[in-house]
Amino acid sequence: MSEITSLTLYELIKNIKEKKISSNEAAKSFVDRAEKSKKINAYVTENFENCLKLSKEFDDKPNFDLKLPGIPIAVKDLFCTNEVRTTAGSNILNNFVPTYESTVTQNIWNEGGILLGKLNCDEFAMGSSNETSFFGNVQNPIAEDLVPGGSSGGSSAALAANLTPVTIGTDTGGSIRQPASFTGTVGLKPTYGSCSRYGIVAFASSLDQAGPMSKDVKDSSILLEVISSFDKKDSTSIDFKRNNYSSELTRNIKGLKIGIPKEYRVDGMPDEIEKFWKKGIEYAKDCGAEIIDISLPHTSYALPTYYIVAPAEASSNLARYDGVKYGLRSSGKNLIDMYEKTRSEGFGEEVKRRVMIGTYVLSSGYYDAYYLKAQKVRQLIKQDFDQAYNKVDAILTPSTPSSAFKIGEKSNDPVSMYLNDIFTVPVNLAGLPGISIPAGVDKNNYPLGLQIIGKPFDEQTVLNIAYSMEEKINYKNNITDWWMK
Amino acid sequence: MDEIMSKNNSEYLIERNDNVYEVVIGLEVHAQVTSNSKLFSSSSTKFGAEPNTQVSLVDAAFPGMLPVINEFCVRQAIKTGIGLKAKINNKSVFDRKNYFYADLPQGYQISQYKYPIVGEGNVILDMPEGQKQVGIERLHLEQDAGKSIHDIDPSNTLVDLNRSGVALMEIVSKPDLRSPDEVNAYIKKLRSIMRYLGTCDGNMQEGSLRADVNVSVRIKGSTDLGTRCEIKNVNSIKFMQMAIIYEANRQVDLIEEGQEIDQETRLFDTKKNETRSMRSKEDAHDYRYFPDPDLLPLEVTDEFIDKLKSEIPELPDDKKKRFIDEFKVSPYDATILVSDIDTAKYFEEVVAKMGKNRDMKLAVNWITGELFAVLNEKNIEIAQSPISAKNLAKLINLIKNGTISGKIAKTIFELMLDGDIDPQIIVEEKGLKQESDPKALEALIDKIINDNREKAIEYKQGKEKLFGFFVGQAMKASGGKANPQLINEILKKKL
Repeated sequence: MSEITSLTLYELIKNIKEKKISSNEAAKSFVDRAEKSKKINAYVTENFENCLKLSKEFDDKPNFDLKLPGIPIAVKDLFCTNEVRTTAGSNILNNFVPTYESTVTQNIWNEGGILLGKLNCDEFAMGSSNETSFFGNVQNPIAEDLVPGGSSGGSSAALAANLTPVTIGTDTGGSIRQPASFTGTVGLKPTYGSCSRYGIVAFASSLDQAGPMSKDVKDSSILLEVISSFDKKDSTSIDFKRNNYSSELTRNIKGLKIGIPKEYRVDGMPDEIEKFWKKGIEYAKDCGAEIIDISLPHTSYALPTYYIVAPAEASSNLARYDGVKYGLRSSGKNLIDMYEKTRSEGFGEEVKRRVMIGTYVLSSGYYDAYYLKAQKVRQLIKQDFDQAYNKVDAILTPSTPSSAFKIGEKSNDPVSMYLNDIFTVPVNLAGLPGISIPAGVDKNNYPLGLQIIGKPFDEQTVLNIAYSMEEKINYKNNITDWWMK
Repeated sequence: MDEIMSKNNSEYLIERNDNVYEVVIGLEVHAQVTSNSKLFSSSSTKFGAEPNTQVSLVDAAFPGMLPVINEFCVRQAIKTGIGLKAKINNKSVFDRKNYFYADLPQGYQISQYKYPIVGEGNVILDMPEGQKQVGIERLHLEQDAGKSIHDIDPSNTLVDLNRSGVALMEIVSKPDLRSPDEVNAYIKKLRSIMRYLGTCDGNMQEGSLRADVNVSVRIKGSTDLGTRCEIKNVNSIKFMQMAIIYEANRQVDLIEEGQEIDQETRLFDTKKNETRSMRSKEDAHDYRYFPDPDLLPLEVTDEFIDKLKSEIPELPDDKKKRFIDEFKVSPYDATILVSDIDTAKYFEEVVAKMGKNRDMKLAVNWITGELFAVLNEKNIEIAQSPISAKNLAKLINLIKNGTISGKIAKTIFELMLDGDIDPQIIVEEKGLKQESDPKALEALIDKIINDNREKAIEYKQGKEKLFGFFVGQAMKASGGKANPQLINEILKKKL
């Protein structure tokens, strides 16, 4: 049975369609493996019984025309799921059970997917190591006491540990790509507006975007095709012509121009990352791409800009968690006292820090200097990319400035934690699609990812480049199931 | 103690010692948009439903819920802007106004701050001393909050979210108003325009129209603005006027005592008839406005605006002009007839039903006289009038063509109230038709003169007063049905 869990999504679908494996067998395999993998702490809420039941129902009345026929899938606990507890990794939503379904997850169920459970994440997706979750740290299956990245850390860990064939995360500043990079998996953040935000617990509305996480590039293309849709319930959803990403997937990228931005050679970047990037460039050349040096001059302002815009939006988005309507309520002497106690007990340190920062940068007297300035810089960062795309079809960078670090290593140093997002954040600010694919290991044998950034709505090119390079790189995770011993 | 000088009808000045002060007033009117569903959700907006029965997941701000603009509310705001002769902005932006309150589920109100949907415009007031133009600063769309109820449970505040998310138009005037009378006229005019447009029902009892009142005072003749105080959320014209009078006098007293006026937000206590401080400028909320990232900027094309312009009905000012020009109604009567759209509609229907031989003066008098009296007495609107325009027109025509006298008409009018009865039927059933047959009347008058020979002689000798006596006798003998004009003619001839 362990073979089933190590199959890619594409292989699993094929086996199910050919009736070599039933949906119920698949579900059982993942549930069994999850039972033996509690140490990873990937799940916040298990939906195992229901998943087994639904898989049986699928087998009784199979529909092989669906894109995800009877496929069990675990999702990040930021997606609201009807009648299944949704916590966003926070104590304040510890008891929250939605009566509605996010559009992205609904798209998955509509195509035959079955919910395995809800995966751990940083509280309200604020973090880069999954250490801010109220539900505890997540182990990176690569090695013990290594963070799986964040905020979609439960998703990346579950994927690398073969607890789910594919998964979905959300990415506000790198929360899909960085954990993918840390776990030797693939993670795609689509263009802003590609996947509906309806029913996703909001962190920073102008940056949040859901996306697929998978073992290989093909799987991401299959899942993107399912989850990306125009949705009238999200005013920022964009009605553009979506490709059939999986059937249009090709390794022929001959002649595509790939840009290498010089500003991504940041101060203090380890030599091995520099070498790793150079190697990546060689792979791209081997695939037939033309390499072009480009400049994205405002790159160094991206991180400070992000850490103004995202907390500002978050401070307002999180105001609704006040103990009045749902979620945690602590008792207080009066309304203000109840607010203070509820939010003090309900939110963790990192969330409080960002709410404070966000409130500060929006305050009268500071708004122009921070929020407004950041919005202007955001425009400049967008323009950098626009200009670069006059010359190139895509951009290649490392996904992160380092490999996964130890649990606890950076948890007392928020700034060093924030620096993790240095290569991913500009992509969110510009609303572009970006993918991280595993491309090698560092000196500790920990995986490293390469990031391919595309033009708006050009996920197909991003996927094609990744698909082509993936074949040349031929990376395989070496996971020993150490947590079962 | 307050010396209020009154040069003409609506001027309001306060005199203290040797100083004469005028009051400067600006209004922020919150008008509920007439719409079946809310500004950003599909929940019903019906008034008076059971608490928390008209609340969607969006209105209650559940995690992951997103606002989607209701296009109908946008149309309503633009129409109102057109009615205010205002600039419609092709691009406007929804902002979040952040503050915590139990009846504000999102923790912010979606409003428009820097870029409202409607810019500058104006309205014309008909004051006794003539017309006055009041400037409109802007109109923007925003969400209403829910309702906190403090007096049901002794230890808890209860929250009703039915109103949460309902669309409001905030209409901000320039500080152009100078008296309680002008405020009255302004609110009524605004309400009239919106009711004509069907964009706000203006029902103040149901909270569809309320206002924040900004008041400052200055020495008459000065062009500087004094420090203003904002009186929050006043929900009737009478209370607005009372609040302004109290507040203006309070400020004058302070100035006369050599004290400064603090810029502050105040509340009007309707029971004590006074305003009191709610929060000072220093304690003012920092709302941390910023563009709502869940919503794109609202863009409307010129074609869209032009289309709405073409749907705008005739508004009070134009209608008034037409009534004067076309129907030869006096400006005074026209103002009354157009002030309320239903009155104007009723009047126009009466005019139409009267047909070719119409009598405008009779129509105006019967509507503003007899009918208004009945409506007042029954405390109902003209839309619920117990007598239809069609039957009132018939009654007027019966007077006009001499079938009945004005006096009989009043009797018939009373009878018509009971179920909107056709006056023709009443005339026939009760035999109230005016006696206009000259032969019958001649016989009747011959008899009266015969019976009162002595008086007839006295009349002939010059005692002309007695003419009235004979008219009275004739009317009495006919049971009030004799055509008074004919009686006059015949009597003159016979005496």
